[in-house]
Amino acid sequence: MAAEEFYFYTKGMSVGYGGVPLIRDIELKVRRGEILTLIGPNGAGKTTILRSIIRQLSLIGGAVYLDGRDMSSFTGNELARRLSVVLTERVRPELMTCEDVVSTGRYPYTGRFGVLNDEDRKIVRESMELVHIQELKDRDFRQTSDGQKQRVMLARALCQQPTVLVLDEPTSFLDIRYKLEFLSVIQRMAKEKKLTVIMSLHELDLAERVSDRIACVRGDCIDRFGVPEEIFSGGYIPQLYGMTAGAYDELTGSLELEKMAGVPEVFVIAGCGLGTPVFRRLQREGVPFAAGILWENDLDYPAARALASRLIMEKPFRPFSEEKQMEAKALIDHCSRVICAPGLEQELEGSLAEDLKELILYAKERERHR
Amino acid sequence: MKRNRYALIFLCLAVAVAVLLGANVCIGSVSIPLKEVLSILGEGSGSSVSAGIVLEIRLPRALAAAILGGGLALSGYLLQTFFHNPIAGPFILGISSGAKLVVALVMVYLLERAMQASSLLLIAAAFAGAMISMGFVLLMSKVLSHMATLIVSGVMIGYICTAITDFVVTFADDSDIVNLHNWSQGSFSGISWDNVAVMTVVIFLTSACVFLMSKSISAYQLGEAYAQNMGLNIKLFRALLVLLSSLLSACVTAFAGPVSFVGIAVPQIVKNLFHTSRPLLMIPASFLGGAAFCMFCDLLARTLFAPTELSISTVTAVFGAPVVIVILLRTRKEGM
Repeated sequence: MAAEEFYFYTKGMSVGYGGVPLIRDIELKVRRGEILTLIGPNGAGKTTILRSIIRQLSLIGGAVYLDGRDMSSFTGNELARRLSVVLTERVRPELMTCEDVVSTGRYPYTGRFGVLNDEDRKIVRESMELVHIQELKDRDFRQTSDGQKQRVMLARALCQQPTVLVLDEPTSFLDIRYKLEFLSVIQRMAKEKKLTVIMSLHELDLAERVSDRIACVRGDCIDRFGVPEEIFSGGYIPQLYGMTAGAYDELTGSLELEKMAGVPEVFVIAGCGLGTPVFRRLQREGVPFAAGILWENDLDYPAARALASRLIMEKPFRPFSEEKQMEAKALIDHCSRVICAPGLEQELEGSLAEDLKELILYAKERERHR
Repeated sequence: MKRNRYALIFLCLAVAVAVLLGANVCIGSVSIPLKEVLSILGEGSGSSVSAGIVLEIRLPRALAAAILGGGLALSGYLLQTFFHNPIAGPFILGISSGAKLVVALVMVYLLERAMQASSLLLIAAAFAGAMISMGFVLLMSKVLSHMATLIVSGVMIGYICTAITDFVVTFADDSDIVNLHNWSQGSFSGISWDNVAVMTVVIFLTSACVFLMSKSISAYQLGEAYAQNMGLNIKLFRALLVLLSSLLSACVTAFAGPVSFVGIAVPQIVKNLFHTSRPLLMIPASFLGGAAFCMFCDLLARTLFAPTELSISTVTAVFGAPVVIVILLRTRKEGM
């Protein structure tokens, strides 16, 4: 694909401090209306890349192109009309209302003294409505919560009417409701207004869902760059973050703590997602356990893989093989307790469930003889 | 609604300036009724004793207090903006004292050779001194990010400069030294019409430049990173801010010596009167506030224990220091 098709791209960009490159040969490409997210471990240099893109750090090598033009050729005002930012830097302006803060976004458009006209005020109002902060209009900015501040700063950035929006960990201070609202606004602006978004995120699950392209920053380079489907597969994420404990589920993005290794003391008969809370409870209590028999497409499967010290599984939609059933029964014999996931028995109907029913029956029989 | 409020405050400030200007001309060791003052001013000259007092002593002094007070308040406002620090000011950061030191050196040098220092030379000397102190403070601010430590370092620079100035003044042997001593304590006395003309030009030109920068200042209030993203040339802006604030406080020091607390207190009072920090309002309002405040303090300084005159800093400190304490208590509450 020719580079010209991309609205924003970098060519051989190297970034760092004091002339020393920290990350080299960065090739990022994003089309108009797309969302590009940087992910990677703490201290990998996501913020350094973003600060270089917005010209707060001078590039050590290469170039950044915006709308086909080398970004270093823009004047401050030209760039301000095309690119706006939401940074992690704390802002404590004295005696400014939230509306005042949002209004500063109109700076590149106002005249010598920065007086807003009716059009400017309308845009300020619309931006505030977009992120639902109308009610904060007259509130002193310093007296708002971190989450509110973040939304005010987003409104400020939007009212600068950029074509490119750069955000550094925008969702860090937000609770889940506002995380989703915040990203929804960004997604809507990207699709409807063709806003190009470049941001860094810590929440991998959200990054996977909202991004059109993902760049993984690790070591001194962009380790991988591609669509989320490519990045969140093949066990790459634990490798990117150098995960040493616990497990990451690629499909849901959910995390599990480290499993209790050792000879299983408890056998959990699980399924339908009903076993997962049991697994987590046992992990908290430090009890090694075995689980089975699980179809590999069962909701409980990811958590069982992450937490069970022994797991007996079967290919999806198949009756349990003789061999697996024997293995499970032997394990039950060795465990001092068997837990059937609460509510599982009521779910068991149909011919496929017969094998599982039989296993439960076997366990009950054993318990009685113990 | 808001607009009416702002207009009303501006009106009050303007009235205060006018009333205080009148009071400063009328009140003194020789009381001259307003009617007579007006007739003297109407004629523009006069041979009577009263005319001499009004035209040669009180009027230039009152005008100087107004203009220099305005300049000082503005200088303080700029420094507060620059350092994002509500208790920054030219006096407390040692900038006035630096200016004082160089001016004292130049004056002593010239007095020994029986030469008269011109107003412009004094301003240039003060500016050089102010820039030296400012340089130190800027170096300090790179190392010390905490607002209190920065202020303390400024105060120390001020002490060092004052000590050297006192040393120089004590050992310079000349009869004019009495004058120099008064000046080095801060005083609006002995201002000539020539001085007033020069300070008017310098202060008003500088203030006009500051006013033209009000949009940039409003961007800078959000911090450097955001200001830069709004298209502001940060390096140029910071350099201009340092130059303009130093020039303003240098001009004040050249004519009236170091005047304490006006630079901190007035912008803060004005900010709270308007309940906003919009530079477009704050710049003219600080100027008017500083003018009124200095004329008020000078009036007290020369009338309270007449014929003995207090130094202007004594009076400004009485009113300014409590303001600083209130600010400190408040910023503590807001967790800065």
